[in-house]
Amino acid sequence: MSKRRFEGSGLRIYTVLYLLFLYAPIILLPLFAFNSGTIIAFPLEGFTMKWFDLMIGNATLRQALFNSLTIAVSASILATCLGIFAARASTRFEFPGKAGIMGFIMLPMVLPEIIVAMSLLVVLLGMGVQLSILTVIVGHTLMCMPYAIAVLSTAFGTLDKSLEEAAYDLGETKWSAFRLVTLPLVMPGIISSLLISFTISLDEFIIAFFLAGNQPTLPTYIFSQLRFPKAIPMIMALGTVLVALSIILLALGEYFRRRGNARIGAKPTGGFL
Amino acid sequence: MAKASWDKEARQGLTLISPPFIYALLVLAAPILTILTYSFLTDGYLTVVRDFTWDNYIYAWTDPIVRMVMLRSLAVSALVTLVTVALAFPVAYYVSFMVRPERKSMWLFLITIPFWTSYLIRVFLWKVILGYNGVINSSLTGLGIIDEPLTFILYNVNSIVLTLAHAYAPFAILPIFIALEKIDRSLLEAGRDLGESKAMTFWRVTLPLAMPGVIAATMIVFIPTIGDYVTPELIGGGKIPMIANLIQVQMLALDDRPKGSALAVSAMLIVAVVCLIFLFLNRRFLKVRQ
Repeated sequence: MSKRRFEGSGLRIYTVLYLLFLYAPIILLPLFAFNSGTIIAFPLEGFTMKWFDLMIGNATLRQALFNSLTIAVSASILATCLGIFAARASTRFEFPGKAGIMGFIMLPMVLPEIIVAMSLLVVLLGMGVQLSILTVIVGHTLMCMPYAIAVLSTAFGTLDKSLEEAAYDLGETKWSAFRLVTLPLVMPGIISSLLISFTISLDEFIIAFFLAGNQPTLPTYIFSQLRFPKAIPMIMALGTVLVALSIILLALGEYFRRRGNARIGAKPTGGFL
Repeated sequence: MAKASWDKEARQGLTLISPPFIYALLVLAAPILTILTYSFLTDGYLTVVRDFTWDNYIYAWTDPIVRMVMLRSLAVSALVTLVTVALAFPVAYYVSFMVRPERKSMWLFLITIPFWTSYLIRVFLWKVILGYNGVINSSLTGLGIIDEPLTFILYNVNSIVLTLAHAYAPFAILPIFIALEKIDRSLLEAGRDLGESKAMTFWRVTLPLAMPGVIAATMIVFIPTIGDYVTPELIGGGKIPMIANLIQVQMLALDDRPKGSALAVSAMLIVAVVCLIFLFLNRRFLKVRQ
């Protein structure tokens, strides 16, 4: 036993170092956000909140935030609704061409985003559609859908079929059984799908960059500011807020996913994907 | 009777799947078919002329700049994939074999968190870490180890590889972890009982059984990295374009949609062919699934 533990320790050290590598950029973020120096470099100068004040007072940033929130809320609701259909179909029914159809719907997960963005842009421009946050919502819904389906399929897949059948036997219709039995049971999955889609959309850059026209979103605003050294400390402050926010959202999503698993008696294994 | 019920089930399933399927057809398949069509048409001033031509593909496959950028993209993403998968395997192995079952999801959560935080900011922070006045250089000069900042660590292919290996880490860890989790632990004991050493058991039992996960990880990392736009733009300083940057320039800056489309279609074709060859070479590992 002790020999085994010794063998594991080398791997353990490696894994911890690897996690440090993964977290290195995120650890640096707050350091520079609260640093009073205007240049992003060591040594740090002093503690300040002025970058956060600057961030709060920035009107373009507020507009970008508002746009991003509108897009993320719309896209996450649309992707989750479409995802519910797909997850239900793939976990409960057998139909011809199932693997092909599901594979095709999941394709945006692996397809380079630039291809999706460019082809969509060409079509929209060809049809004479005015680029706006609406076109970004269309694109983001497509990108979020596979992730929503992945999360929702776990929720629907672990569902005990006999619970629904019991509801039918007790005289519920198909729809009322779905609403009264299935929906409450998969609710945690739906909430974590909404949270994950929201996080993805909020952070998505390529599609927003090409499909938003002249409307800023948070990532495109950040990208436009990265060229100006003077703007960087404020972006660091913004990044700190965003990172804190996504960690909170993810922790919430994970909490709901586990609660959902606990409710249907599944083992708390697996992750987001 | 059985057939009738299957038909009913099939109908229900198809009805249910149709909203997301139609959405994907409209927003994904139709645009890709459009650029496929555009790639055979002629570019006019501000419009696309409906004249069939091979010129765009002749350009995409013979232009020296395109060829250089394409080869660079392939080399960079192959290198990124190799680095990412090689670095990720021990982590997935550790979490699957050494961590107690109830702690596994906590470890996975820790591994996935950085992936969900702003991609742009993470990429930019690597520039901050590696830059001329960056963390590494200012620390090293501050400590008196070097007099002049190191210039070879930013704006080159190595920094692009490092940044992308960081960005795609969870994509490599998760599939390998899932494959390792599926391995029946009694097979490893059988290997030991039959007199194999630990290393040989790993080489002859664990690794072949983990290969489907390694192959999935390779594809999941390779395909998106070849189309990465942000990292060459920020970390490469715009001086080391990859194929995504070239497509964007053709499509928008030069407003030559047929040529841009031909580039995009060619890139997709090349990626598909590379993946098929890779799958073919590894076919024996994919067959052994129980």
